[in-house]
Amino acid sequence: MPRLLGVDIPGHRPTVVALTYIHGVGPTTARELCHKAGVDPQVRARDLREDELGRLAKLLDKDHVVEGQLRRQVAQNIARLRDIGCYRGLRHRRGLPVRGQRTRTNARTRKGPKKTVAGKKGVKDLR
Amino acid sequence: MSRSKKKGPYVDPKLYYKVARQNREGSKQPIKTWARACTIIPEFVGHTFLVHNGKAHVKVFVTEEMVGHKLGEFAPTRIFRGHGGRGKR
Repeated sequence: MPRLLGVDIPGHRPTVVALTYIHGVGPTTARELCHKAGVDPQVRARDLREDELGRLAKLLDKDHVVEGQLRRQVAQNIARLRDIGCYRGLRHRRGLPVRGQRTRTNARTRKGPKKTVAGKKGVKDLR
Repeated sequence: MSRSKKKGPYVDPKLYYKVARQNREGSKQPIKTWARACTIIPEFVGHTFLVHNGKAHVKVFVTEEMVGHKLGEFAPTRIFRGHGGRGKR
């Protein structure tokens, strides 16, 4: 298994796909990277030569925020919203959707598993 | 959709005028306003606004980090007191 940027070990998949295992690299970025590094996107990641890996790593390092650093950046942005007490920050604090979605139904991604309330519309049909 | 760059940020003219005058005089009286849609610009930093939330005026002290947001974002229009009676209160 090849190693890229320390920890990331994508494996037996074509290079384009393997690269998307890195947090912060999607299909578009992966294709772009292969192109810029002059690597055949369809070649399996384990069959990459040292110099090809090196070029990919260098490109990633140069113009992409990736993995831990990216995660930190996102967390900081959210922390900022929380601190200044704006509407979006309040929504983050409450664990509710931030971008104006409805919360009467759905919004399960943010709210987590359903908590059934007695007497509410539709409770009887659930059983 | 976000606002066209061509137009620049929306700043309530009357409010801007008031802030500009305070900056000239160096005073920092709270300014009562209904202009929730007004963007916070760097000139506003350090001023206190009383932003209307539909019922009352909420005190908003503007810090540097708030620049680029709208005044209304800091004066919630709804209060959620929670569901379920028993156990609470």
